[in-house]
Amino acid sequence: MSHRIAARGAEVTLEHLTKRYGSAAPAVDDVSLTIRPGEFMTLLGPSGSGKTTTLNMIAGFVEPTTGRILVDGKNVAKLPPHKRDIGMVFQHYALFPHMSAAQNVAFPLQERKVSKAEVASRVSEALELVQLGHLADRLPRQLSGGQQQRVALARALVYDPPVLLMDEPLGALDKKLREQLQVEISRIHREVGTTFVFVTHDQEEALALSDRIAVFNNGVIEQVGTAEELYEQPKTLFVAEFLGKSNVFVGTAQGETLTVGDVTLRLPRPESGSRALVVRPERMRLHPDAPQPPTAGNALHGVVSNHVYLGSEHRITVELGTGTSVTVTETAAARSDARPGDSVWITWEPQDSSVIPA
Amino acid sequence: MPDRVLRGGFLLRCVAALVAGLLVAPTLVVIPLSFTGKASFAFPPEDWSLRWYRNFFTSGAWAESLLTSLQVAVVVAVVATAIGTAAAVALSHVRFRAKGLVTGMLLTPIVVPQIVTAVAIYSAFLTWGLAGTLPGFIAAHVVLAIPYVLIAVSSSLQGYDTRLDQAAAILGATPWRRFRRVTLPLILPGVLSGAVFAFVTSLDEVVIAFYLQSPTLRTLPVKMFSSVTVETDPTIAAASSLLVVFTTAAILLPQLLRRDPARSRNSGGQP
Repeated sequence: MSHRIAARGAEVTLEHLTKRYGSAAPAVDDVSLTIRPGEFMTLLGPSGSGKTTTLNMIAGFVEPTTGRILVDGKNVAKLPPHKRDIGMVFQHYALFPHMSAAQNVAFPLQERKVSKAEVASRVSEALELVQLGHLADRLPRQLSGGQQQRVALARALVYDPPVLLMDEPLGALDKKLREQLQVEISRIHREVGTTFVFVTHDQEEALALSDRIAVFNNGVIEQVGTAEELYEQPKTLFVAEFLGKSNVFVGTAQGETLTVGDVTLRLPRPESGSRALVVRPERMRLHPDAPQPPTAGNALHGVVSNHVYLGSEHRITVELGTGTSVTVTETAAARSDARPGDSVWITWEPQDSSVIPA
Repeated sequence: MPDRVLRGGFLLRCVAALVAGLLVAPTLVVIPLSFTGKASFAFPPEDWSLRWYRNFFTSGAWAESLLTSLQVAVVVAVVATAIGTAAAVALSHVRFRAKGLVTGMLLTPIVVPQIVTAVAIYSAFLTWGLAGTLPGFIAAHVVLAIPYVLIAVSSSLQGYDTRLDQAAAILGATPWRRFRRVTLPLILPGVLSGAVFAFVTSLDEVVIAFYLQSPTLRTLPVKMFSSVTVETDPTIAAASSLLVVFTTAAILLPQLLRRDPARSRNSGGQP
């Protein structure tokens, strides 16, 4: 039914991309990244980490100091935005306030000299894609935030750009609407087959949407991988702490053990030197007594200092004798009933943890 | 309560009415005067007639000067609006150290005493052969009108979201098309009021026009100015009334056209 199904995504390659403003530390520092055709790639990081500057360089709003941007092998780094044939959705929608939803969506087609009849049919098709066909004649100010962002999405996709950039597109919406639109963006991504490059500082959003995630910090990419890879095998302390909650033990590794003060922990694989052991709170178990007989796993003794009920889970804070505290989460199905003041043992299997250089 | 503040008390309303009356009254006196039947400025007139209007339109000098004034004012409105809008848009886009200086220079015609500007323009135009010509009048008035356009357009650009330019750019619009389809429609109210100011500025400018006049080419205000010194008949009151009508129309027209910009643009039919 649609020409759009035939659209395919482009490969986007960033080669040693650097952006410097004056003599300050570079906003983006030698970033290299290959985004596969049709992939949903999220650039994730705190504000000021360089993710938005990177996106703006792909769009053409910011000129790289050095480096290349290849779209299907063609260097676009010197092209002005209007010659790049890239789609973009902005955080604050950036709809043209004097044009109706349909006129907004028609804009990029008219700029491409598409015939009137084809404009009409493609506009209504794009508005159907975002389920707004019935509001085509409304002005942006007569639409809700969520509806405006759908119009912006339709406008960015109507000309079949091989790449779609999204700059925190859900940042201005409330939580419920955000989740609704996440589902919709996923569906649209599957339907159109365009390469999506999505910028966010919200790690949950990144985990929910992306094929792969590039984690930005201080202008560099700390790690690129699937949500699961980043969560289960973080390569840096920053990634471990930025995505989800982590318990981190820093010590000296020798063979399969890590010495932290006077405690010895087992590692998932042999290591040596200064290392950090990362254990996710949901990988830990609480027991009232010391495990008998001693297992191959890790066991630490402590006292429960806090208990927070979060509906779907319980978050329990345990103070270790050493002055550090550990967070454990339990679901209702595996609840230990530990209460503040209780003496507990924390256990986990070494293969449920990951080791990173510290 | 903001309502209360805006409505004000009885006393405040009286003062406001008084001030408004004082501002408008002199202008209003001239209109009945122009319909007098006698060749005098006695007010109120004892009998009524249209003879001074007949005189205005049939004596060549008066009608010609009105035509010259309108020609100059229309061209000035168009040219000054184009230049002033371009300058305002450019200044809103760039950020450089001399920006304040450039803005200041563009605004000097309102700050410098007009007689000084007039003398300067006159001596320059004499050597360039522009004195006493239509292009000369237009060029001089354009310079005077640009600051008004610049101010009006700049103030409407303050509320303009430059991210719309980015959006239009990534959607494939060239810089000119971005201006034409996004920026201009959104700052149109400012552009229109700039054009009105330019038109009115030119229409009632007398000092520079006085220097630039030739025996065959003079604007209406100059003609009025010289007529007072040689003849004292109420034709000048008719001329004044016509000026009042033209300026009032120029100021009211955009207000009436701009009742509901969204609706009128919607029915405009552009897809």
